[in-house]
Amino acid sequence: MDLITILLGGLASGMVLFIVSVGLSVTMGLMGFVNLAHGGFAMLGGYVIALSMQHWGLPFGWALLLGFIAIAALSVVLERLFYSRLYRAGELDQVLFTIGLVFVMTASVTLGIGPTSQSVVLPDWLKGQTDLGFIQYRTYSLALIAAGSLLVLALWLGFERTRFGARIRAAVDNRRMASSLGVDVGRLFTVTFAIGSGLAAVGGGLGAEILGLDPNYPLRYLVYFLIVVSVGGLGRVTGVFFAALLIGVLDFVLKIYFPKGGTIFIYALTLMLLLARPQGLFGKKGS
Amino acid sequence: MASFTAAEQLARRHRFQWWETLPWIAALAAFFAFPNYLAFGTQVLITILFALSVDLVLGYAGIVTLGHAAFFGAGAYTVGMLASHFGWTEPLSGLLAAALVAGAVGLVSGLVLLRTTGLTLLMLTLCTMTLLEQAANMGAAWTGGFDGIPGLSFGKILGLFSFDVLYFRSQYLYVLTVLLICFLIARTLIYSSFGQSLTGVRENLLRMHAVGAPVRARLVIAYAISAALAGVAGGLFTQATGFVNLAVLGLERAAGVLIVLILGGYGRLYGAFVGAVAYMVLEHFLAKAYPTAWQLGIGIVLVVVALYARNGILGLAETLRGKRRQRSAS
Amino acid sequence: MNIKLTRVFAAAILAAFAAGAGAQTVKVGVVLPYTGVGAELAQQVDRGIQTFMTLNPNAFGGVKVEIVKRDSKNPSGAEAKTAVQELITQEKVDILTGFIYSPDAIASAQLVTEAKKPMVIMNAGTAWITNLSPMISRVSFSMWHAGYAMGEAAVKQMKAKTAVIGYTDYPPGKDSLDAFKRAFEGAGGKIVDEIPMGGPGQVPDFTPFFQRAKDKKPDVFFVFVPAGDHTLAVMKTYGALGMRAAGIKLVGPGDITQDIKLQAMGDDAVGLITTHHYNADLDNPLNKRFVESWKKSFGPTTTPDFMGVQGYDGMAAIAHMVTTLKGKIDADGAINALRGWKYDSPRGPISIDPRTRDIVMNEYISELVKKDGRLVQKNIGMLPAVKDMCKELQEGRCKQ
Repeated sequence: MDLITILLGGLASGMVLFIVSVGLSVTMGLMGFVNLAHGGFAMLGGYVIALSMQHWGLPFGWALLLGFIAIAALSVVLERLFYSRLYRAGELDQVLFTIGLVFVMTASVTLGIGPTSQSVVLPDWLKGQTDLGFIQYRTYSLALIAAGSLLVLALWLGFERTRFGARIRAAVDNRRMASSLGVDVGRLFTVTFAIGSGLAAVGGGLGAEILGLDPNYPLRYLVYFLIVVSVGGLGRVTGVFFAALLIGVLDFVLKIYFPKGGTIFIYALTLMLLLARPQGLFGKKGS
Repeated sequence: MASFTAAEQLARRHRFQWWETLPWIAALAAFFAFPNYLAFGTQVLITILFALSVDLVLGYAGIVTLGHAAFFGAGAYTVGMLASHFGWTEPLSGLLAAALVAGAVGLVSGLVLLRTTGLTLLMLTLCTMTLLEQAANMGAAWTGGFDGIPGLSFGKILGLFSFDVLYFRSQYLYVLTVLLICFLIARTLIYSSFGQSLTGVRENLLRMHAVGAPVRARLVIAYAISAALAGVAGGLFTQATGFVNLAVLGLERAAGVLIVLILGGYGRLYGAFVGAVAYMVLEHFLAKAYPTAWQLGIGIVLVVVALYARNGILGLAETLRGKRRQRSAS
Repeated sequence: MNIKLTRVFAAAILAAFAAGAGAQTVKVGVVLPYTGVGAELAQQVDRGIQTFMTLNPNAFGGVKVEIVKRDSKNPSGAEAKTAVQELITQEKVDILTGFIYSPDAIASAQLVTEAKKPMVIMNAGTAWITNLSPMISRVSFSMWHAGYAMGEAAVKQMKAKTAVIGYTDYPPGKDSLDAFKRAFEGAGGKIVDEIPMGGPGQVPDFTPFFQRAKDKKPDVFFVFVPAGDHTLAVMKTYGALGMRAAGIKLVGPGDITQDIKLQAMGDDAVGLITTHHYNADLDNPLNKRFVESWKKSFGPTTTPDFMGVQGYDGMAAIAHMVTTLKGKIDADGAINALRGWKYDSPRGPISIDPRTRDIVMNEYISELVKKDGRLVQKNIGMLPAVKDMCKELQEGRCKQ
């Protein structure tokens, strides 16, 4: 097998990890809320996307947009009603709340729509293989690589290069100082949370082709989300991107040559990376 | 109510109070009142012991872990493999072996992992547990893999009482007795100077370093003791149910016990009791009445408790009592 | 409660007693994972049970059958065991059934032996489960049924010489691997690689595993993954890597062509060849009636799959026990009634092997074709009256 195939495969694998975890890198990585319900938002978003395509014949792109908007809106309601009350509570209260929320989301979808898994039917231009000139490769994987790269670029610009981003980082670092400087921290957090949840929804929709989509999705993949965010390091959206790619590529290579190891690699890699750099690959020291 | 100085209160705290007998009386009463629920009751008692072991590290030493099922599983597999491969079915020595093996795993992993804190530590404990789970899956010749080791039977407890496969009567009393012993050990430990220094680490790490306390060594020892207790819980699980499989090492068990403890209130010794009983009884009867919809009810309860009762049910009780006292004082 | 309500309530209780007094009642405990990862499968089996009741209202010969459902939640075995224990000690059920996951059935075996309660397994496919207790009989399948049949068909019908096996790394996967390998090599074929593809919990990215298989250039690629989300990912990866164009045929047990997932698989799956004991497209009058009733009850877009028919046949087996014993269930009598029992199921003729208490049934070889814009399983061959080969060959833990 040639190097390019392996590299592309690993990149695509890592990109899936990034795309489904990117929302969490905002709510947990940036805002510091232990949001175990991230997968819940992803699942609900995936359902909005899949069902709007099935029933209304919405094109894939528009369905993704709808998923983003619907879940962002839902999350604003939840943030105002519940999340905002727990920003200053302990991490463990946040764990209890978000796990409870996951149960409610899973049960609601099971009861309302049914336990059967849904699938996002891709448009024809995303199916099959694409000829890149030097190699044939799975079109959707290439699309994911492109989408992931665009996402990380947008997030980097948005959070690291704009006033909005600077305010958020200021508010997270020192809430009291930020608000005394005239930053409306409550509103800022609501908006950021909405962005994180909307991204979760998009991740649920884009990742469904590889990971599937059913009411149990939030807990099934919770560990993956946490791994990526912790290895990337809290406080940096871009760190999560590189962490996902690193884990994706290494995991892919090891799986090809030692399939007997199965799922062991992803955990062993995380263990070693975190022992070597406890603050995460790109986290700030002491945070 | 008479008022005490802070010092008096501290000194009084470790003395047994009359209400501390209540959980045990309730557990015995349940034995006679609900003879058909003892299989479930046994699971509740095992979960209490497991949650108690987590409380030692989480509530008292401030170690956030999502991997404690590693030790539960180590104990469960120790008992299971001793019985199936070596015919070692004597229950009490089996539990001892479970405690030793789990404690050793705790000691070794504690030495490596406890240099970190917070989310990193959480993920490290989780990964360690998952690696153990995968190892158990791969070593199917010894562990039975995914299907596990079924149909285990154990010798008589103290050579007197045989296990009750159908009604779980002897298992219930056996587990209850072991729980009592382990509880007394944990309680003594917490109110010892060792336990106090752990709380010191949780509350103010820098100060403990400054006064020259051997912080890491104490954390590792606490972690190992907690692991041993979790191992006993796991050993009891295998003995009581007569089988062991990969689920003893799973995330679901590790996360479940954490939820139980947070729900009850951590750092309070009795939070494990309140949380396990509240969560499991609610889940059990909701699931019985609504087999497809019970998760909705449980979810709502967790959300409400998280929003309105900081530090769980016991935390809520304390807040209410505090308010009442304030009112009567004013 | 006001007086009027109390009176109505009392009358209702009296009426219930009066109705019950004449007829025998048999209590059946159904243990299924109604929540969690298996909820979708539990729904299939549950609907199969309901469809049997709808289509055969008189099957129990006037005996009243009361069904008590319990959630076995996760596949740990512990929840199922507690549920079974309470069904026996509190609900005093006469017969136990359900059991999607093998660990659930395995953990409960000790209890049904001790309490002497007949247990009819509606899914759990680990081959040696029936050896664990004389109280257990199975109307579903063992992984060896389809795996062994596929191994033979691959050589004899498809003329394959080499094969790569990809499997989810847990007991059903390993059973499938062993069964296919034994039959394939027995018929003269050669296995060139065996690839474990992760555990059953999460759906992995199948690309690295399929890439490895593609590089070995086998005639057929035999894949076992658990029914559910895994199967969709398998088809998509197979199509996306262009393996068909590379001349590699994908084959497997019918778990990977579960009917409820079929239409979502897309054109990549056309040409897929599987062996299984049921698919919703089977052409026989009983199946037509079964599928029709199903769609009428649960909606035109729903379909039964092999789990649904297992629920249906499980109830048929229980009805047979009940009518044979005229509603007075004693364990040995019930199990003996099932030994050698023959039945015309929507999946064709089935029977229970009197020696192993396991099912004997036809294995259908199907090819996935596109017809009127839908994916349809076309029958291209059949192996009649297939037994669980694991126990016939006395393999490993199947030895009695």
